[in-house]
Amino acid sequence: MNTNSNSYTVIYAAIMVIIVAFLLAFVSSSLKETQNANVKNDTKKQILSAINVTEVTDADAEFAKYEVKDMLMQADGTLAPYEGEFNTSFKGEIAENRLHVFECKVDGATKYIIPIYGAGLWGPIWGYVALNDNKDTVFGVYFNHSGETPGLGAEITTLKFQAPFVGKKVLENGNVGLSVVKNGKVAKPDYEVDGISGGTITSQGVDAMIKDCLKLYTPFLTIK
Amino acid sequence: MSLFSKKNQEVLLTPLGLNNPVTVQVLGICSALAVTAQLEPAIVMGLSVTIITAFANLVISLLRNTVPNRIRIIVQLVVVATLVTIVSEVLKAFAYDVSVQLSVYIGLIITNCILMGRLEAFAMMNGPWESFLDGIGNGLGYAKILIIVAFFRELFGSGALFGFKVIPDAVYEMGYLNNGLMLMPPMALIICACVIWYQRAKHKELQESSN
Repeated sequence: MNTNSNSYTVIYAAIMVIIVAFLLAFVSSSLKETQNANVKNDTKKQILSAINVTEVTDADAEFAKYEVKDMLMQADGTLAPYEGEFNTSFKGEIAENRLHVFECKVDGATKYIIPIYGAGLWGPIWGYVALNDNKDTVFGVYFNHSGETPGLGAEITTLKFQAPFVGKKVLENGNVGLSVVKNGKVAKPDYEVDGISGGTITSQGVDAMIKDCLKLYTPFLTIK
Repeated sequence: MSLFSKKNQEVLLTPLGLNNPVTVQVLGICSALAVTAQLEPAIVMGLSVTIITAFANLVISLLRNTVPNRIRIIVQLVVVATLVTIVSEVLKAFAYDVSVQLSVYIGLIITNCILMGRLEAFAMMNGPWESFLDGIGNGLGYAKILIIVAFFRELFGSGALFGFKVIPDAVYEMGYLNNGLMLMPPMALIICACVIWYQRAKHKELQESSN
């Protein structure tokens, strides 16, 4: 057979594309459910990391153990239960002004976990900030990213970067005072933590993300 | 013909040394710069490339007599892209943590010149088993260089290996500092060049004659 003729080439290409399309569609649709379950489980694990619960295998069980409740902030700053499907990305939720707060109990004390998102150097960054029940001091944080430089910007996921946030204050005269500043330039130790040297743009991204998102929660943070 | 004849052994082993895809053919440099700041992603990337090169080589070799000459590069690309997509989907479903860790790198495999190079230069004119071995050999040759580069970058850039601190605190107290430049892509190129330098100095047959 002449494998160089036009008709052979066209038919070969067409058949190849159809086979590949079916194959990929089959793989994608048959794995979709498992993948979604993984994403959901992973989101729950990330939320739990903000209250220092790590090494989780069954996130649902841990959610029940810490009595995590998915709540929405109302205009007056109070919380009401959220009834919809569990979200795996809070970017859209915040954009549409559905401000989630995860209320949970750690050793009998109430903690509030607030999801935040922003932009790093190469792509999105996101995280969760857990506050103590006075809504003024940080109980724990969790940050993650999709494509920051390993060893530099990606260091925001490490304990070394996250640990100093614990105990910091959030609001300073009604504005969000919690900040990330250039490494070694902390002037207000009650509010500021060190950035990453070499990861300046990512550190600034984290700073902006904290300020932009927590600002929206001011009514919740200020009512007692 | 036996499965591991002399020729087949050569096909498998020369890419690890004298015909290394990275240091001798200078292919796949782009990803060697991107993923070598730490050892762990470097190893996973090396393994993924090995698997995908081996199977892409196998598939193309089986199809080699039917592929129309004028669209052969497209056919090769489609095979590679399909394999990469399947691997990435399977990882997302069954090894979610690994897939998160690899993030963009897994998609980057499609652009790895080693794959296209091996498909075009080897799989299009050799049998399936030889092509499979060639893929494994070249993938491992690539992985080897990645691991060497990542070892030096992580050790001197972060003072760690696999994320564990290996340089004791006492050394830092004496004034030692991690070298931030090591984490930047240019340093990967320089280390890569040092590996090439070492290899060419050791093996005279790799040097061009001076006239």
